[in-house]
Amino acid sequence: MTVNETQTDKIDASCRVPLLVLFGGAALWLVVGSLLALAASLTFHMPDKFGDCPWGTYGHLQPAADDALLYGFCIPAGLGVALWIFARLGQVPLRGALVPVIAAHLWHVGVLVGLVGIFVGDSTGFQWLEFPRGGSALLFFAYLLIGLWALMNFSGRREVGMFPSHWFLVAALFLFPWIYSTANILIVGWPVRGVVQAVIAWWFGNNLVFVWTSLVGLGTAFYFLPKFSGRPLQTYFYALFAFWTLLFFGSMRGVPAGAPVPAWLPTLSSLNSLMLVVPVIAIAIIGWKTVVGAAGQECKGGSFCMVKFGYVAFILSALLLIAQSCPVIGRLTQFTWFGTAQTQLQLYGFFAITMFGAIYHILPRAVGIEFAFPKLIRVQHWLAMLGVFILVASLAVGGVEQGMKLNNPAVAFADSTKAMLMFLRVSTTGLLFILLANLLFALNIFVMILAWKWSLVKSVFAFVISPLNKTEVKA
Amino acid sequence: MKNGFVIFLAAFAMMFTSWSAFVLGPQLQLGREKQVPVLNSTEVYPRSRPGEANQGLQIYRVNGCAACHTEQVQQDGVACDLVLTSVGKNEAAVRNAFEDGVKQNNWPLTPSQDLQVKGSPEILLHNVSKEIAEAASDKITAAGGKVEIHIVAVGPDIARGWGLRHSVAEDFLYDNVVQLGSLRIGPDLADVGARLADANWQLLHLYAPKSVVKDSLMPPFRYLFETRKIGDAPSPDALNLPSGFTPPAGCEVVPTPEAKKLVAYLLSLHADVPLYDAPFTPVVVAKP
Repeated sequence: MTVNETQTDKIDASCRVPLLVLFGGAALWLVVGSLLALAASLTFHMPDKFGDCPWGTYGHLQPAADDALLYGFCIPAGLGVALWIFARLGQVPLRGALVPVIAAHLWHVGVLVGLVGIFVGDSTGFQWLEFPRGGSALLFFAYLLIGLWALMNFSGRREVGMFPSHWFLVAALFLFPWIYSTANILIVGWPVRGVVQAVIAWWFGNNLVFVWTSLVGLGTAFYFLPKFSGRPLQTYFYALFAFWTLLFFGSMRGVPAGAPVPAWLPTLSSLNSLMLVVPVIAIAIIGWKTVVGAAGQECKGGSFCMVKFGYVAFILSALLLIAQSCPVIGRLTQFTWFGTAQTQLQLYGFFAITMFGAIYHILPRAVGIEFAFPKLIRVQHWLAMLGVFILVASLAVGGVEQGMKLNNPAVAFADSTKAMLMFLRVSTTGLLFILLANLLFALNIFVMILAWKWSLVKSVFAFVISPLNKTEVKA
Repeated sequence: MKNGFVIFLAAFAMMFTSWSAFVLGPQLQLGREKQVPVLNSTEVYPRSRPGEANQGLQIYRVNGCAACHTEQVQQDGVACDLVLTSVGKNEAAVRNAFEDGVKQNNWPLTPSQDLQVKGSPEILLHNVSKEIAEAASDKITAAGGKVEIHIVAVGPDIARGWGLRHSVAEDFLYDNVVQLGSLRIGPDLADVGARLADANWQLLHLYAPKSVVKDSLMPPFRYLFETRKIGDAPSPDALNLPSGFTPPAGCEVVPTPEAKKLVAYLLSLHADVPLYDAPFTPVVVAKP
């Protein structure tokens, strides 16, 4: 074993426990989230069955499902991957890993508190910000701790150079505390008056759901794509350009056209949304030049496939986002399921699947144990792709159909919802596939955690009994 | 970029720009908004919602009603209506003037309208441009009739009867949780207090949506109601449910305070006051 390899092993091992806690909890919330989403979807097929307790209504289930996916899975998974990428790129082991371990536990407790809060009627009522104060305070401090540790590791890096992944991940680390504290203070803590609340909520939602996930997802992809394809990122300057334009145009949007606010807000939002074409083209070129035709690994349904799929999903999701902001299309798609389709593509199709790819690559190295069911990884990828395709396609097409009916006053409103029913049934099938994929993912992660705990128990046991044997021998 | 600090500074600058534009800017512009005058009136808008309705807003929030309902009426623009208020002395002349105008100038007529000028007041032309409305007004006034030009909002939402004008920031001035919503699984509620002003209808709809709207997808909110044995006398609050939705014999369905508050909130939702940034001519219904 060369010096370099032992060093890499040390770095991987230093991230072991924080990653197991972050990813293990994330896998749990992922399954919980997709169960909730499935239940929410079922309320449309049999609305009468859900009326006897408050927990069962769509208004409780859907926000809980969304938040479980975003806060439960996406953010801790992204943080874990970022921790590992920083340690690997900087060639420095993670020091003081106990702090991120505690913070990760805090984070998952925060998600639990938040979800319970939604169900017992403590939701703040703003999309993506439903968690009540207790939950969001825990999340905020947990994030600060993990982010601080990631940054300390980053600033102590041995490799002085910075990679494109660094920019994206560092910016994302800063972004969340800023937007989360602003939104929670000005909407929940000491609420501002009137529609300013809604404007801040839109700004926050966009910055978290679109900008944060894009930064972390792309930062991850820019680490893994060159690694798997065996060709350096093409090119550094495209990445630099994409980074600045994405951050600038992406963060200054979110207010939908026609909102009851001064007209400059939706106008500025639409303009910046359209300008997002610029980074999206740059990102598409980077992906194309880095991956296509490179003589690297074959993808075979593993991590490489997932990161590539996520990358394409990002471009599609950004294009849907831009389309929605065009005045002509936006008029048709506003208030329809089209927006939900875009968010699902962004959060699951792009972000979650990129994270699956990263986690499948990272975890066996960090823990030193192979996955118990490696064949299921491929099955999981196919199920996830199929599920997200069915879900997004049905909701997007249905959204356009619904929009055409909504915009035609000669069509009764009831017909616009009735027309959606078929699409909603199809989307429920998509959610079912996603649930199965998530279960397989969680299975592999949980079995690995159990195997790791078992190996811990074994080594402790061995440690306890070994000196006894010697003394017995001497006696 | 070799230096982490440069990234931090530049990202900070961008986030600050974004924060200034979407947090600070709106707050400076709208944070101290006051009541505004109602057009052609001495009244101011909005009035604070009644206390029960304000509590109802919190029921609306915790039940996630905004997941399916928006409170934002949209509008494409404004147009004019020509309303005949009096035919004057010579009805035939007015009718002729109007018929001539329709034939010569291609004034658009909605399909149901024929060329008859019946009793008054009556909308002669609907959703026409200012020029057409003024030309028609001149012609009919010359023939001895009296007309008014009304400004009306146009757009699919308005045509559905979801409001008389688009929603504006003033509508939410005193709301502590602003529940604009983003998805129309159910209809827009910005003006539901004017559209469906019957509290009993609202209660029935909450308890069993299908009892009043046949194809409703809304989940029934039975947990906001109490089904209990009828005591000495039936409760005055008990719902008068249609057959198929009635509770077991000897029982009655009574709304909880939460249901009543929620209905009070729904009934307080109005988007029917003309304002400077959302003008229209209110139609005053003459007392019979």
